[in-house]
Amino acid sequence: MLIRRLLENDRGGQIVLLVLLALLVVVPLLSLGVSDTSVWHLSTYNVTLLGKYLCYALLALSLDLIWGYCGILSLGHGAFFALGGYCMGMYLMRQIGDRGVYGNPELPDFMVFLNWDHLPWYWHGFDMFWFAMLMVVLVPGLLALVFGWLAFRSRVTGVYLSIITQALTYALLLTFFRNEAGFGGNNGLTDFKDILGFPVQADTTRIGLFIASVLALMLGYLLCRLVVTSRLGRVIVAIRDAESRTRFSGYQVEHFKLWLFVLSAMLAGIAGALFVPQVGIINPGEFSPLNSIELVVWVAVGGRATLFGAIAGAFSVNYAKTWFTSLYPEAWLFALGALFVLVTLFLPKGLVGLAGQRKWRRTPKAALSGLPQQQEYAS
Amino acid sequence: MSMSSVLEKPASLLERARASYPRDRVFEFMQPRPAFDQPVDTRKGPILYVEGVSVSFDGFKALNNLSLYINDGELRCIIGPNGAGKTTMMDVITGKTRPDQGQVYFGQTINLLALQEHEIARGGIGRKFQKPTVLETLSVYDNLELAMASNKGVWSCLLHTLNGEQRDRIAEVLHLIRLTAQARQQAGALSHGQKQWLEIGMLLMQNPRILLVDEPVAGMTGEETERTAELLTSLAGRHAVIVVEHDMAFVRSIARTVTVLHQGSVLAEGSMDKIQNDPKVIEVYLGE
Ligand SMILES: Nc1ncnc2c1ncn2[C@@H]1O[C@H](COP(=O)(O)OP(=O)(O)OP(=O)(O)O)[C@@H](O)[C@H]1O
Ligand SMILES: [Mg+2]
Repeated sequence: MLIRRLLENDRGGQIVLLVLLALLVVVPLLSLGVSDTSVWHLSTYNVTLLGKYLCYALLALSLDLIWGYCGILSLGHGAFFALGGYCMGMYLMRQIGDRGVYGNPELPDFMVFLNWDHLPWYWHGFDMFWFAMLMVVLVPGLLALVFGWLAFRSRVTGVYLSIITQALTYALLLTFFRNEAGFGGNNGLTDFKDILGFPVQADTTRIGLFIASVLALMLGYLLCRLVVTSRLGRVIVAIRDAESRTRFSGYQVEHFKLWLFVLSAMLAGIAGALFVPQVGIINPGEFSPLNSIELVVWVAVGGRATLFGAIAGAFSVNYAKTWFTSLYPEAWLFALGALFVLVTLFLPKGLVGLAGQRKWRRTPKAALSGLPQQQEYAS
Repeated sequence: MSMSSVLEKPASLLERARASYPRDRVFEFMQPRPAFDQPVDTRKGPILYVEGVSVSFDGFKALNNLSLYINDGELRCIIGPNGAGKTTMMDVITGKTRPDQGQVYFGQTINLLALQEHEIARGGIGRKFQKPTVLETLSVYDNLELAMASNKGVWSCLLHTLNGEQRDRIAEVLHLIRLTAQARQQAGALSHGQKQWLEIGMLLMQNPRILLVDEPVAGMTGEETERTAELLTSLAGRHAVIVVEHDMAFVRSIARTVTVLHQGSVLAEGSMDKIQNDPKVIEVYLGE
């Protein structure tokens, strides 16, 4: 019922969810159900690759919520993704137990290597899955809350806000690089053994993680739809388009921005947490400002303020990246830059805008905005 | 005999004090935090007290000891040459700009300078901007719905649905601003004049006690101007309406009391005829 209402007038979203449902059935089938000599067999490498794209798509969704709908261009959103990833990584490290190189049942290898004799306080509790999962949303959420509160309260907007978000992720990068920080320094966290008792390398575990990623993306999509189709969603668009009008209509703009920023950070954290067990490593490189900028390109390429556009963008740009870097690894950054410039110049509404142009000619009302329409009027 | 003369003296002093202070004075620290949950105290007549307000921007005085009283339900026109400080005055009343000096009270008890923009808006002061500002990507209907007085917290917005009474109110305002037929149209597609009306409609959805209307007829056709005059005069009485306008014909058609601002303070105040024959006003307008 609720799902029907959320996807009403959202053709793109319907397609995305159908595709995801299909993946949910087809991928496990082709990977586990088909013998690996068959041409139809899907290798674990490809399952993991798809799983990675799904995590990126969830991350893109979180950025679209804040950038596309509320006009807040965060250039540091990768930080929330990485923090979620580190929380998951810490859980996975604790699961290694005494199977590490040094065989210390309590301390991860890198701490033994640093001659630490006890676990730092902030590592406590991460041996429990539920606690780690709670931290996956709470740590990014809390950082977003503090950062957003400071920034929005002093009415920092536009380029300035983008720059300080970039500084935020850079500061975290430098912090996590340091061995004293207790997060494995330059090497990060890796050599994971198992998750919830299942070996992380096993094909079945990979499928399990893949399914979890699909479900997370579907739920994330519906949650974002719930937000943007509510009155809250309209207030958020109003803030983007005419902040003072909204303020003088009696809305406390800062609260709305902060709420949305925290929600967005939490979604990014979940994406990071699903990402880490699939790629098998988390290191400070995930905090790199460049990652956050790439993320912005995905959303811009896909199309802002549609939600499904962000997903389409994440998939297409990352697919292109995988393909491109296997052929011309050095040229990828130039290609990415060129892509961004071209999209900004010629496709302001992104790929989904291109696909939607024909439809809009038929229904002129929708053409005016490119935003999903509200159809809840009184009769 | 001597007793009564002793009693009489302070009484007359009190009266003199009353005459020179339109609003009851209470020490700042004794006042409760301004709250809108009680009815606005307008027992003395004015609903808005602007007293001795000064605002300077980098040394330039945009408002200079400005004092102004607006009665409840009154329609007041404010005129003045460009840069006289009209918009700045509205900024001060609505909490956008904080004055260096002076006081602004809503009714007798609510100190507007202690409140934030959204609190002032919720409390009953609606404002139309000089440049018409509507939410262009939303429909006309959604514009009105958004402005509607209701719980405007984040969580209640997430779960909000319209009830019958609220729908009726939106329909009523749509009718009043003559946009019923355009209800589902994107606000960005409206004509300039229609946007001005929509913005006035948005103010009305807030159920304000005071409407601050900055240049409502700029860019309107003759007919639209006439209709706007009708609309604003019909609103007076139920709301106090403060209109800033340059169009003299329009001001003449709606004005009862006119205040002339010049260099950040009141130059003259009175009926349109009185204003037009005031030598100071003539000098300011013709001297430019
Ligand atoms: N934020 C600001 N910073 C600096 N100066 C300002 C600012 N806002 C207003 N001013 C100046 O204050 C003076 C009064 O401006 P205001 O906008 O109140 O005039 P106005 O009476 O509304 O004029 P108009 O009829 O042109 O709208 C002007 O000289 C303006 O340049
Ligand atoms: Mg002005």
